[in-house]
Amino acid sequence: MAAVEVATQTMSYRDAISKVLSEEIEANPDVFIMGEDIGRYQGTFRVTQGMFDKYGEKRIIDTPITEAGFTGIAIGAAMAGLRPVVEMMTMSFSILAMDQIINHAAKIHYMTGGQAKCPLVIRGPGGAAKQLSAQHTHCLEGWYAHAPGLKVVAPATAIDAYGMLRQAIRDDNPVIFTENPGLYTVMGEVPDDREFVVPFGKANILREGTDVSLVGYSRMTQINLAAAEKLAEQGVSAEVVDVRSLSPLDMTTINASVAKTHRAVVVYEDWKFGGFGGEIASRIAEESFDDLDAPVVRCGGLNVPTPYARNLELECIPDVDDVIAAVQKLG
Amino acid sequence: MAKAKLEEIESPAMLEEFYRQMLFIRRFEEKCNVAYRLGKIGGYMHTYVGMEATAVGIHHAIKPTYDYMITAYRDHPQPLLLGTDPVKVMAEIMGRSDGMSRGKGGSMHVYDIERGFFGGWGIVGGHIPLGGGLAFASKYRNEDRVTICLLGDGAANQGVVFETMNMAALWDLPIIFCIENNEFAMGTRLEYHAADTELYKRGEPFGIKSERIDGMDVLSFHKDMQRIVDWTRENQKPYWVEIMNYRFLGHGAADNDRQLYRTKEEEDAAMKRDPIARLEEILLKRNVMTREKMEAIDEELTDQVEAIYEQADASPFPDASEVYDNVYTDMEPEKGH
Repeated sequence: MAAVEVATQTMSYRDAISKVLSEEIEANPDVFIMGEDIGRYQGTFRVTQGMFDKYGEKRIIDTPITEAGFTGIAIGAAMAGLRPVVEMMTMSFSILAMDQIINHAAKIHYMTGGQAKCPLVIRGPGGAAKQLSAQHTHCLEGWYAHAPGLKVVAPATAIDAYGMLRQAIRDDNPVIFTENPGLYTVMGEVPDDREFVVPFGKANILREGTDVSLVGYSRMTQINLAAAEKLAEQGVSAEVVDVRSLSPLDMTTINASVAKTHRAVVVYEDWKFGGFGGEIASRIAEESFDDLDAPVVRCGGLNVPTPYARNLELECIPDVDDVIAAVQKLG
Repeated sequence: MAKAKLEEIESPAMLEEFYRQMLFIRRFEEKCNVAYRLGKIGGYMHTYVGMEATAVGIHHAIKPTYDYMITAYRDHPQPLLLGTDPVKVMAEIMGRSDGMSRGKGGSMHVYDIERGFFGGWGIVGGHIPLGGGLAFASKYRNEDRVTICLLGDGAANQGVVFETMNMAALWDLPIIFCIENNEFAMGTRLEYHAADTELYKRGEPFGIKSERIDGMDVLSFHKDMQRIVDWTRENQKPYWVEIMNYRFLGHGAADNDRQLYRTKEEEDAAMKRDPIARLEEILLKRNVMTREKMEAIDEELTDQVEAIYEQADASPFPDASEVYDNVYTDMEPEKGH
């Protein structure tokens, strides 16, 4: 049977998110979006641009700057059967709502013995933008992935942003959907299909290779792709594994890649110490020990509050040279 | 009209129902305390002894199972009143497989979502935005439900309370914040935890209708709550109510040092306001019930609670294989140590 041809459009990661938000708002009256400055102001990162005028204040809700309060309201509304999408202006601000997310949303289904569900999405940019300093630059996906009851995804491409956000909105569990300021302008092909979803828990091989697996998610996948390009010039064939989904985590694909390459570098923008990359690295070590020709290496963000000065900020975030240096460590 | 309604509310049948419900809650909670001391109940457990008029008065003012209700961890009486199988409530408190959450919640986390009872939360004040969300949902769907959001005087200081009050007023959410002011935030007396002890005033800056009412006289309290619930349903706006009551026992079953924060004399004086004893006086005075009848009801309810306990105690502990159930709706979490 021939595959059905689906038309695609070239668009930015930002527009892919905006597109799926609009489509889900139109598809389901229970879906609404709430957050700071998302309506009349059109969204700080312009993800919700035009939506307030199109869908009105019932569906696109400007909130006061009270993250714990409005996240809790979204959780309560989800318990009562609605499907809220909460925008965090930056994921850093979700720290104010941490009690609501970890202590409430993540535990509802379990503590009620399955009586209640919490179909909630919390989305927004996590990680460095440009000189936003220490309080606006956190990568929190590892904190959230640590908590059972939450699903956590971090797409790196426009098509995954499009398909995974739809999956998130239709999911009956609370989902943390982390974007990255550096990804909003990344372009890609997005299918013109209002039912297109990318299931969670499936990593994706974005580039095949034989010498080393570069394992990452979110913007670091783009860094890994660029690093693989450079490594190829040096005669090193790197495979790029885009993790996409932290919880659930697809170790099958990651282990299969390591079985092929026998070496792994795990790249993540979050603080290197105690970050989610450590979880992936330890799992590779536990599950693929016999396949490894070298210890698994982590390449993460520097363990400092992100500084303001541009040169210092850039120093903190793993870049192509850092990834290549990590690969070279493997010998 | 108003007078006819009043008489209807205070019919002998209704008075007897109030009495039975308050006494049932007390006997149930006393049994919980006994079971706790026997080691049959673990963790933290907070009983409602002394505050029964509040739960019963609210229950009769709302449309039970239609309206939404959410509370903190003093959460045994609400589902019992809503008609949840008391064996399932007791089994949950005892961590058994027949519990409402199959033993995953415990005393602080009792839920009956089908009956509109959304628990059952352990972080002081943390559930209050969730209450706002319940009211948000009913408003969003153009229903005429009200949400009863119970909170303690201690919780009234949490930041999310003020955040929720602001949004409730801003968005006209049909929520009634019911502060069960039992005068103590765990072991800290009201005047040591609140800058202004007249908590009812806190609604006023938000333009929320606010008042303080007595929660120990079930008849007057029920009438007050009926008026407040009706207003909220009709106007679809929030209400902030400070309900004055008193808990006769410790904050929780683990609180054995009440003398650290209140005197025996004070407790004795409070006991004179015992809502059950007060109702008994009214029942006698109005010739609704004799002492003998009251004693017979007490015996009946005590036996009933005993039977509930026995049935709950016969329920097995949850199977170890269930530990991963309900973390997610559609998948299992990472497994193993």
